[in-house]
Amino acid sequence: MAITKDTIRQIAGLAKIGLTDEEAERFARDLSKIDTFVGQVAKLETEGVAPATHSVQMKSVYRDDVMIPSLPREELLANAPEHDGSGFLTPKVLDEG
Amino acid sequence: MAEANTAAAASEYKAVIGLEVHAELATDSKIYCGCSTTFGGEENSHVCPGCLGMPGTLPLLNRKAVEYCVKAGLALNCKINPFSRQDRKHYFYPDLPKGFQVSQLDLPVCQNGWLEIKSGDGVKRVGINRIHIEEDAGKLIHGAADTKIDCNRGATGLIEIVSEPDMSSPEDVYAYMEALREILLYTGVSNCKMEEGSLRCDINISIHKDGEPYGVRTEMKNLNSLSAAKAATAYEIKRQEKVLREGGVLFQATLRWDDDKGLNYVMRVKEHADEYYYFPEPDIMPIVVTPEEIRLIRDTLPEMPKARRERYRERYGLSEYDAGILTVNKALSDLFDQAAGAGAPAKTCANLIMGDVARLLGEKGLPPEQAPFDGSALAELANLVGEGAISSSAASKVTEMLFEPVYAGKSPKAIVEEMDLGQVSDESALREMCRQVVADNPKIAADYRGGKKQAISALVGQVMKASQGKANPGMVNRLLQELLQP
Ligand SMILES: [Zn+2]
Repeated sequence: MAITKDTIRQIAGLAKIGLTDEEAERFARDLSKIDTFVGQVAKLETEGVAPATHSVQMKSVYRDDVMIPSLPREELLANAPEHDGSGFLTPKVLDEG
Repeated sequence: MAEANTAAAASEYKAVIGLEVHAELATDSKIYCGCSTTFGGEENSHVCPGCLGMPGTLPLLNRKAVEYCVKAGLALNCKINPFSRQDRKHYFYPDLPKGFQVSQLDLPVCQNGWLEIKSGDGVKRVGINRIHIEEDAGKLIHGAADTKIDCNRGATGLIEIVSEPDMSSPEDVYAYMEALREILLYTGVSNCKMEEGSLRCDINISIHKDGEPYGVRTEMKNLNSLSAAKAATAYEIKRQEKVLREGGVLFQATLRWDDDKGLNYVMRVKEHADEYYYFPEPDIMPIVVTPEEIRLIRDTLPEMPKARRERYRERYGLSEYDAGILTVNKALSDLFDQAAGAGAPAKTCANLIMGDVARLLGEKGLPPEQAPFDGSALAELANLVGEGAISSSAASKVTEMLFEPVYAGKSPKAIVEEMDLGQVSDESALREMCRQVVADNPKIAADYRGGKKQAISALVGQVMKASQGKANPGMVNRLLQELLQP
């Protein structure tokens, strides 16, 4: 199945990424190739095989409800492109709730 | 006639209402990491690489979060899925550092339950479509020039409880939220503080005429109290009715309720169905709940408020009103159960709790769980009142003292003795006092004998005064009547 430029635009929109027309074209072409390659899996006979969602056969892996210290705030914010000492800063966003 | 027409117009449309309720789980740590879930605290002080979604970190599911979800499901009559799974729900917004929220799509922990709510004079069942676990998002603080992100709340465990669209009025919405809140509090699944955002609801509303297909649905957010939810529902139904009556068209939209202004406004109009590109969360293993685990969790369920109210009426003869007040809070209800269960007079126990105890807790700013005495002390106090050993005003005094640190751990009996609050119920001593008062007040006595029955209250007052308020007023009244018989 070929991935169209429209699909690329829609995904880019959801990811809030701006693409030039040329970029959209290129990604559509590249991703179509990847899709075709991965699509070979669909040719396998899977009749009667349960869908697998995990690569390991484990279940119910839990931790106990125990509090452990968080990261010191200076360390937490150290790699942020912008912060004010107490929080991460982003360009002003509209409140979508 | 004009009124009848208005009423007919008001019922021309039927409202179809469903709720999505998010409740923060009362776990100590977050859902996939060990950060604290304490409300407040300095911005970004409860955050680690895990809940910030740093590359290389792995989530590990909090066992308690699954238990609480199952517990809520059992309390809401749900079927618990033996096999469920977490999925990633993708959307890009700054309050979600990972770019996806870990939630559950097609295999939630609980499905197909119901909750009974008060509706008019009767009750009605609201279906519960599903309950699933997911993580909360962080908080955005909008400044003049930029937006600040506080991730303290991010990745706190939530359950989302999705109702069927079985509600049809603002009153239904209120009753549903009230009943749900009560159950989540009784089971200890959430602390349900709407003002702190630990209980939130989104309201889906559409209207249609009888026999016609369902109308266009709107979703309303930002309901911070039960009364806001009720008011917002009433407003939105009216708004939709007005648009349709005036020949307008409704859009599928997300609305935001402004409780101060008492109106809603459009946050966004939905042109396409939301697309989140869900896929199974590969880092969290499937959740398998065994029948044995379900049995163990079921054993921890407390008696639900509705059952308690019925028991209070049947076993203790309390009125529906009293039973309702007592069960609003589980700690107060437990206190009553301990005291009345120990054989103390139930009505007296109830009155003490609803009166002085509730008042003093309020005055001291104490949550009921922190009442400084237990049910056995309350039983002792109620027994003293029941036996006539102390008056009800003395009981108030003792209750006050039970809240004072200097009396901590002292029994009501000890307090009564120490403060000399005992009521004189010794019949011969009281009769002697009454005889003296009658002798000292011949005119009033003559008035009474002459037919002015209300004159007796002046005499009772004199005896109470002579006894420094400790005489048993009921006995005094009876003894005086006997003495004054012609
Ligand atoms: Zn964390």
